[in-house]
Amino acid sequence: MVARTLFDKIWDSHVVERLPDSTAILYIDRHLIHEVTSPQAFEGLRMTGRRLRHPEAMIAVVDHNVPTSDRTLPIEETESRNQIETLERNVAEFGVPYFPLLSERQGIVHVVGPEQGISLPGMTIVCGDSHTSTHGALGALAFGIGTSEVEHVMATQTLLQKPARNMKVAVEGRVGPGVSAKDIMLAIIGRLGTAGGTGYIIEFTGSAIRALDMAGRMTICNMSIEAGARAGLVAPDETTFEYVRGRPFAPKGEAFEQAVAYWKTLVSDEGAHYDKVVELRAEEISPVLTWGTSPETVIPVTGNVPDPADEPDMARRAQMQRMLDYMGLSAGQKIAGTPVDVVFIGSCTNSRIEDLRAAAAIVAGRHVAEGVRAMVVPGSGIVKAQAEQEGLDRIFLDAGFEWREAGCSMCLGMNPDKLTPGQRCASTSNRNFEGRQGPGGRTHLLSPAMAAAAAVTGCLTDVRELI
Amino acid sequence: MDKFTVLTGIAAPLPQENIDTDKIIPARFLKTTKRSGLGVHAFDSMRYNADGSENPDFILNQAPYRNSRILITHDNLGCGSSREHAPWALLDFGIRCVIAPSFADIFFNNCFKNGILPIALPREICDELMADSRMGENARITIDLQRQVVVRPDGTEIAFEVDPLRRRLLLEGLDDIGQTLQHEDAIETFEARRRRDEPWMPSITID
Repeated sequence: MVARTLFDKIWDSHVVERLPDSTAILYIDRHLIHEVTSPQAFEGLRMTGRRLRHPEAMIAVVDHNVPTSDRTLPIEETESRNQIETLERNVAEFGVPYFPLLSERQGIVHVVGPEQGISLPGMTIVCGDSHTSTHGALGALAFGIGTSEVEHVMATQTLLQKPARNMKVAVEGRVGPGVSAKDIMLAIIGRLGTAGGTGYIIEFTGSAIRALDMAGRMTICNMSIEAGARAGLVAPDETTFEYVRGRPFAPKGEAFEQAVAYWKTLVSDEGAHYDKVVELRAEEISPVLTWGTSPETVIPVTGNVPDPADEPDMARRAQMQRMLDYMGLSAGQKIAGTPVDVVFIGSCTNSRIEDLRAAAAIVAGRHVAEGVRAMVVPGSGIVKAQAEQEGLDRIFLDAGFEWREAGCSMCLGMNPDKLTPGQRCASTSNRNFEGRQGPGGRTHLLSPAMAAAAAVTGCLTDVRELI
Repeated sequence: MDKFTVLTGIAAPLPQENIDTDKIIPARFLKTTKRSGLGVHAFDSMRYNADGSENPDFILNQAPYRNSRILITHDNLGCGSSREHAPWALLDFGIRCVIAPSFADIFFNNCFKNGILPIALPREICDELMADSRMGENARITIDLQRQVVVRPDGTEIAFEVDPLRRRLLLEGLDDIGQTLQHEDAIETFEARRRRDEPWMPSITID
C-alpha cells in the first residue's frame, strides 16, 4: 500500500465522490458559524427553498462583533446588534445549536470548538473564517471557507475541493527560556513568507511541536493561514487524547475508546511523500515580533528594522518603505525600546488559559507602565471563569490591566475595541495588516509573554530580561 | 450568478504584492447582512482620505479607471481572511476579472463563486498588461473565457489556464450547490457507511 500522509488519510476517508477533473465532493463533519459570514448563506437557503441538511453537525456562536464590556447592557452599535439578532433569528428558524451571548460557553469560535469537544481528531471542520486552521491542532482537517461555501455545506454537508499539496514543517530540539509556540510560528512564517504555504496543507512535526500542549499547537495551526496554507495539522497523540477526554461533546466511555483506537491510526506513514519539507532548529528561535504590515515581517526582538535600500526589487522596496512610513519606524533602528500605546492579549491565536498564565507570570508583582492601555480578553466564558478561579484576573487587575468579556475584540476591531490612528499596539493576535486593529493603528505581533513585557515596561522588550 | 463568457473593459494596474482582504474591504464594513452595496467601500483606506474625501492619487479614483472591469496586481492577491465580502466589494465596484502572478487560496475560490474570473499569469506578463492598462481610454483588454485567452490592446493574445469544472460553471452561470445536489445518492450512501463504521461520532444537541 502506498505510504500516506496524515492529510491524505483524512482526505481519503471523507471523499464522497471523485468528479472527472480531480475535484472531489468532500464530506464535512463539523460546521461552525458566527454572525459575520453566515447571514447571506441563510438568506441563500431561504431564497432557493433548500433545507439545512445537518444542523446537529453545527455550532453557532457570536464573537466578531460582540462588545467585551458589560454584557447585560444593550449592544450600542446598531449594525453589530442587527448582525447578532439576525444570527439568533437564523439559528432559531433552522434549528442550529447555539451558545448565546450570555452563556458561559460563548466565546471565540476557534476557542469554543476544541474546548467543548465539538472539534475532534480525524474530522473535517469548516467555518467561514480563515483561522479555522486552529482546529488542525487536534489532528483534524480544518479550514476557512467563504460564505458561498458556508451555504454549500449547509445545503449538502459537503464541499467541492481539490486535494492540496503536502508540506512538512519539522521543528526539532528544545526552545530556550521565554520562547513560546507563538515565537516558533512567527519564525516559521518569517521563513516561509506569507504566500509560502499557498496550495499546501502544512503538517507540523518534530520534538519541539510534540512537546507543546494543545494551546501551543492551536497557536501554531491558527497562523498556518498567515503562511498562506489553508490548514495546519498536528498528528494526534496522548496529549491530544488527554485533552479531548471528558469534554462536553466528546464521545464517552466505550465510544471514546473506539474513537481513540481510530485516532491512533492518524499519523503519516513512514516514507510518505511531502511536496515540500522545511526544517527549523528550536534552539535557534528567539523571542520574535513583526515590524511591518505583513505577518512575514518577523525579526528577533534583539534585531533591527530592515533597510529598504537592501531590497533589489523596486516594487518590493517601495512597499517596504510604505510599511516603515505606516508603522512610524526608521530603517535600521533597534526594535526593542520602541514605545507602545496599547497592549492586547487575546484573539483565537492566544486567548486560552495557558496563554493567560504565561502573560500573568510576567505581570505578577509589576504594574502597567504609565500611559499604556493594557487589556486581556479571554477566549471564552469558560477560560475567563477558569482564570478567575486561579486568581489571574487579580494579577492583571492589580497591575492595571482591563479584564474583559470573551470575543474577537481588538484582533480585528469590529466591536468598540479599536486602535485610534497612529497608536502602536503590542498584540498577541494574528494579523498586522494596515488598519486591522482600527484605521491607522500600528500592530506588532508577538507572544503573550512578550505582550506582558511590553505592558509593564511601556515599550517593545525582550521578555528574557524579566524572567 | 451572471455568466462569464467574453469581457472587454478597462484594466486598473495596482502594482503591489500581498494586497490583503482588509485592504480590499476593512472589517468595519462587514456588518452588513447583504451581499450588495460594498463597492463604495472597496479599497477604502487607499481610496479615501481621513476626512472621507477621495484620494486623487489612487488609481480607481482616476478617469477612466473608475470604470475598471479588470484589476491587475502583483503576487498573493487576497491574502488574509476568508471574507467573501472582498469579492462582493470588487463585483459591486464593477470588477469581473482579477489578474495576478498568484492568489491566496480562499480568495481565489471565493472569486469563482461570484462570477469573478481570477487569472494567474507570470509576473513579467502582469507587468506588460499593467503597461498596456496605462494607455488610458484605449487600454481595453478582452478576456475570452471560451477560448482561454487575454487579448491585449494591440490584438496579441495570451493563453491562460483555468480549472475545467470552474470554467464550465462560469460559462453557464451555474450554481454549484445545484450541481452537488445531483450527487445526493452518493452523499446518502457515504453517510450510511459513516454511521456504521464510526458509531462514536457525536451529534450536537443543546438543551
